[in-house]
Amino acid sequence: MKWTRRDLLKGLGGLPILGVVWWAGAATSAYKRGERSEILNQLGITPSLPPSIPNIEGDPVRVGIIGFGIRGEQLCRSLGFATKEWYEEIKMEMEENPNNRALEDFERQEKLNVKLAGVCDIFDVRAERALNSFNTSDNKIKRYSTYQEMIHSGEVDAIVIATPDHWHAPMAIEALKNNVHVYVEKPMTHTIAETYELQTAAEESEAVLSVGHQHRQTLSFKTARDIVEKGTLGHVSLIQTNTNRNDDNGAWNYDIHEKANPQTIDWQQFLGSAPQVPFNKNHFFRWRKWWAYGSGLSGDLLTHDYDRLNCVLNMGIPDSIMASGGIYTHNDGRNVPDVLQVNMEFPRFSTGSSQVKGKEQGMTFCYSATLGNGFNRPTILMGHDATMELGNKLTVWPDGASTRYAPMLEEEKMYPHTPIYQYNPAANVPDAISSATSQYFADKGLMWTYIDGVRVDSTFLHMREWLSAIKNGTKVSCGIQEGFDEAITAHMAGLSWKLGRRIEWDPEKGELKPIEGINFDEVLLASDWKIEPQVLQDV
Amino acid sequence: MKTKNENGVKISIALLRIFVGWHFLYEGVIKLYNPDWTSFGYLASSQGPLKPLFAVLTQQSVIGWVDTLNIAALLVVGITFTLGIFERKGAIVGMGLLALYYLAHPSFPWLAQVNVEGSYWFVNKNLIELVACLVVFNYPTGQFFGLDYFMKRKPSKIKSYEMD
Repeated sequence: MKWTRRDLLKGLGGLPILGVVWWAGAATSAYKRGERSEILNQLGITPSLPPSIPNIEGDPVRVGIIGFGIRGEQLCRSLGFATKEWYEEIKMEMEENPNNRALEDFERQEKLNVKLAGVCDIFDVRAERALNSFNTSDNKIKRYSTYQEMIHSGEVDAIVIATPDHWHAPMAIEALKNNVHVYVEKPMTHTIAETYELQTAAEESEAVLSVGHQHRQTLSFKTARDIVEKGTLGHVSLIQTNTNRNDDNGAWNYDIHEKANPQTIDWQQFLGSAPQVPFNKNHFFRWRKWWAYGSGLSGDLLTHDYDRLNCVLNMGIPDSIMASGGIYTHNDGRNVPDVLQVNMEFPRFSTGSSQVKGKEQGMTFCYSATLGNGFNRPTILMGHDATMELGNKLTVWPDGASTRYAPMLEEEKMYPHTPIYQYNPAANVPDAISSATSQYFADKGLMWTYIDGVRVDSTFLHMREWLSAIKNGTKVSCGIQEGFDEAITAHMAGLSWKLGRRIEWDPEKGELKPIEGINFDEVLLASDWKIEPQVLQDV
Repeated sequence: MKTKNENGVKISIALLRIFVGWHFLYEGVIKLYNPDWTSFGYLASSQGPLKPLFAVLTQQSVIGWVDTLNIAALLVVGITFTLGIFERKGAIVGMGLLALYYLAHPSFPWLAQVNVEGSYWFVNKNLIELVACLVVFNYPTGQFFGLDYFMKRKPSKIKSYEMD
């Protein structure tokens, strides 16, 4: 059989098309990969690996939980203890949303070498809930009516403090003085004086103190530290972090339990050093709304953002703080602001510079919060050479006027609007988030981190790190130094808002610069939400 | 097919076949050479009645297979269509694949359209390409332009059947 040219063209005409398209696809992919690896090589960023924690062996650590409310229950789950009520609740949620992975995540969580030995809650319903779920044949749990009783019982090695803020320091100090290990929720303290007292107690104690900033376990933040240290961003002059929430839960209007009354709640113990007011359910369940027990946005949410950045940049306490805001969205009797802007100044700080020496130094850290709008404003670090968005995901964009990247920008190997680096350990993990508030925390990398593509509760890792420090003498990532920085910064922000003036830190003396006629702790605890300048002059 | 301009129809459909094949092939090759590519995002954000099915496909134990099969299917359609051989089998694979793409993100007016570059009401480009595959299935042109051209010269079973 003989083939004519026409035959060959009609029969084999598809082959060159196939070849060309295949080549084009392969070449495009290879080119893009080459371009990417050139950028990545230049940046030299190494994504963090999870820290290796030695096994927590020997006798189980006997842990007592003080405060078994919303956070207390969460902390117990991180320790491996979930209430029967929680299982019920999750089952119902899973019926509504089959993608809810909370139960799966919890059951997959590594078992920690702990015994939940005691619970202390001044609301009977909560204490009984813990007893009802955790008192099993292999885990005997006892209820204590006061924290002192628990600490001095000799039956707990360590305590977890998840109480209102005004109880954090007294309990932590008492425990540390008796060499009982402490995991304390943030903010670490409620006043300036307490912060120093707790610092002394921690330094003198043989016990381990860990402050509950669980995001220090988030792998993306460790990678972010590497990005900053390698000078990827150049000199960072401005940081923006935000709180954007617009729901009752986010504004701390938690549910009030139907069984709450003066018989089921030890009101006097709740008040402690706070002003003596008659029994008030609103105060008990929604204590975050009053300065007497909590510290509002500055202590509750700014602390997260501040410590997130302190963990990445290690910039310490700001030289000065100016804050403003008011009660603009939830005028419901609270005295903490619900809209707050805090500018923290770090004039001596630098993340490094790609320009002439001395041109760049100093940074402002701006925390901006509202409880009346839920639009997600991301955390942004703004450097001369690049911008980084910081969360569980990391994204870095080069700046159009960057000095470091000028050659690559000119050669069009980089574009200002195209990220040069993206870190998303969650790319292959579906997230099923149930509420706006948990979405808020998840976006910030406060809920979980990803290890080998598996979602892991960062509070669990933080707890494990604390237990390892107790048993193996390893280090905690958020100890007294980090807690001290966080607490002082939060108090400076609260003071600035209340006084309507600049609050300065004296790094030489390690104390706030005094303002004549002002007792800082008195102001911090005062319920008046703003002291008018007129009044100040009179003092 | 009886038509005044049979050659014109053949050329048009062969061209349609090659272009659809070209599109599938390029999509397949790009994914083949990109080790980071995954269909996870497309499936995880799926909507409509089959959402639970696509959610199952995103599971960690399955997603690797889903990705591999997706690339293989794209290449099969691409190769059969451009070369003009086994194009009917290729068309079936193509229609199946496009039906899945469509059902993962159907252009139903009551669903929010995510990552869509145009405006569609029930019918979108996936569906149109699916119909293009249907045309290729019903009017194979491999014997007119493609490797099947060589087959034509040998008497085939179908041919002899048709001649009976």
